[in-house]
Amino acid sequence: MHSFTHLELFAALSVTQSAVVAAILVGLSCGLLGCYVVVRRVALVGDTLSHAVFPGVVAGFMWSEERNIYLIFLCAMLAGLLGVLMVRAVQASTRLQSDAALGVVLASFFGIGILWNSTNQQSGVQDFLFGDLAIISSLDLQLMGWVTFLVVAAVLLLIRPFQVISFDEGFAVGLGYPVKVLNFIFFGLLTFTVVVALQAVGVVLVSAMLITPAATAYLLTDRMHRMMAYAAGLGIFACVGGALVSSNFSSMPPGPVIALTATFVFCAVYFLAPKHGVMAKWLRTRQQSKKVSRENTLKAIYKELESDGFKAHNMSVETLAVIRRVSLEQANAQAKLLVAAGQAQWESDKSAIYLTPAGWRVAAMIVRNHRLWELYLTDLVNYESDHVHDDAEKIEHILGEDAVRKLERDLDFPEFDPHGMPIPSLKDFDNSRLG
Amino acid sequence: MSVPALETHDLTVTYHKRPVLYGVDLAIPEGNLVGIIGPNGAGKSTFIKAIMGVVPGASGWVKVFGKPLREMRHRVGYVPQRESVDWDFPVTVMDVALMGTYGTLGLFKRVGKKERIKASEALEKVGMLPYANRQIGNLSGGQQQRVFLARALAQDSDLYFMDEPFVGVDAATERAIIELLQEMRAQGKTVIVVHHDLQSAQQYFDMLMLLNMRLVACGKTEDIFTTELLQKTYGGKLTILSEMADKAAKNLH
Repeated sequence: MHSFTHLELFAALSVTQSAVVAAILVGLSCGLLGCYVVVRRVALVGDTLSHAVFPGVVAGFMWSEERNIYLIFLCAMLAGLLGVLMVRAVQASTRLQSDAALGVVLASFFGIGILWNSTNQQSGVQDFLFGDLAIISSLDLQLMGWVTFLVVAAVLLLIRPFQVISFDEGFAVGLGYPVKVLNFIFFGLLTFTVVVALQAVGVVLVSAMLITPAATAYLLTDRMHRMMAYAAGLGIFACVGGALVSSNFSSMPPGPVIALTATFVFCAVYFLAPKHGVMAKWLRTRQQSKKVSRENTLKAIYKELESDGFKAHNMSVETLAVIRRVSLEQANAQAKLLVAAGQAQWESDKSAIYLTPAGWRVAAMIVRNHRLWELYLTDLVNYESDHVHDDAEKIEHILGEDAVRKLERDLDFPEFDPHGMPIPSLKDFDNSRLG
Repeated sequence: MSVPALETHDLTVTYHKRPVLYGVDLAIPEGNLVGIIGPNGAGKSTFIKAIMGVVPGASGWVKVFGKPLREMRHRVGYVPQRESVDWDFPVTVMDVALMGTYGTLGLFKRVGKKERIKASEALEKVGMLPYANRQIGNLSGGQQQRVFLARALAQDSDLYFMDEPFVGVDAATERAIIELLQEMRAQGKTVIVVHHDLQSAQQYFDMLMLLNMRLVACGKTEDIFTTELLQKTYGGKLTILSEMADKAAKNLH
């Protein structure tokens, strides 16, 4: 009874409405399962399945009088299962790894399907090859509804076991999980999803639907459940967006438009994601290199002022250019950077700068880090004292306060570096020079 | 005599028709810290994987506390090699520790307060509680190993198998791990550890298993750690066995 009410509900929908409902169902199930496909690194399995089921689709059309979606579905499932068995057999009996075995099965099954179809052309097969949401019938929708229901239910019920077998299969076996059964359920659901998604995007682009939304979500979060929520959302967005665009422009088939919508979102996230995005990484690197450059300027100023016992309290841009071995303009730019960061102030005629308390603190910290690290390398790691400067130039910028405290303890609170220069201590510094 | 924590009889493992472990018979009494020692390719990891049922192709039988493993899963904890998993996987330190409690939850039950407390305690014990919300990829090798140990602690088992827990960890972590293992032994637990460093093996373990495709010897460290037995384990005497196994595998194909 239940399924009949569904059928009546779906029958009342217009072409566009049923296309949108189909898009939502396909996007949701592809997004959810795609997350596991991505984190388990079995993307090629999804691709192979979509090609391996194709001869089954052809068989379904050949053997049914009218287009019977359930028979097509059944034949496609059987073809998929046969494909998986062949991959297993090739892997077990040769030295080929899974990628090669998958590749062989993908090509041969797809070839059989195409050839078989060309001997006895069935008009409906085209819709599965390239996908067409405009001809989704209410019976198709019903099947999609069931598959999506199964996928969502399984993913919600088995979320923990699926997580463990994906992360650490050996541990899952140790826990006593029925790992083989769970894997069978997972790949079974994957095949279901692939077959129903064929109608929306076609054989070749199904893997894009499985992988692209999940891969996009993977760039946005470090938590599995959030990844699944994002991937489901993105999958639905891409499918519905693609379906609507292609229903308005008759020259645009839905499959490619859906795949490209998903890719468009992927590109946006690839560049703009807050943590794993390319822009964010670039900005972080740039900020770090700016910080390092400021710290190097401060260190140079500190050392220069130290060389005459801190008698002078400011430094002209000309001297800065000399000690940093740069042109006057570059020295001016470096001074500007310090002023902008609040680490220095201009003298009234703008020809010299003096360090602010914040600037002094960073300068002293860097010099201290540098000299402590040199001492650590010579005294505890047995480096020669003329080998340690270059290493310290890098480490001084990344040594944290915890590491400094540990170094000081291990070195018994030293006062001088291997070259005999005093190691500034922040406390002395605050008291004497800034007070 | 009490029931041994682990007993194997004629445990043989074949991989691609080639035997990698031949007829291992042994019994480990409860409350011991046991090191499995042997050269590369001796089948040390395979031994514990076969017991846990992770690798197929094992014959012979295994008993845990006198019963088949199937009935005793809840009393057995397992720490796989750190390299065996993908550390970019989208889970946090807490998520991994919680997996230790999944054995008692079955397939469908949700994680509750009790499980969270257990996982937090386990993380606290290995000093990883401050990192509970970090993604596991942002940890050092030593920290990752501690997370794996916390997951095992959350399992609250009586018999543990650990695959190379000291590989790629810093000295401080190594000390922390061995102290933890000794504490577990003091509580009457049995811990069986695949170990690659002969020098520390002598101080760390009270029992040793010398393995090189065959069980060379198994017993108290002071009786087993002799030049003669170590030479037998690491010396070339067993290469013919290995060559013949290769040949047999090829001919039987």
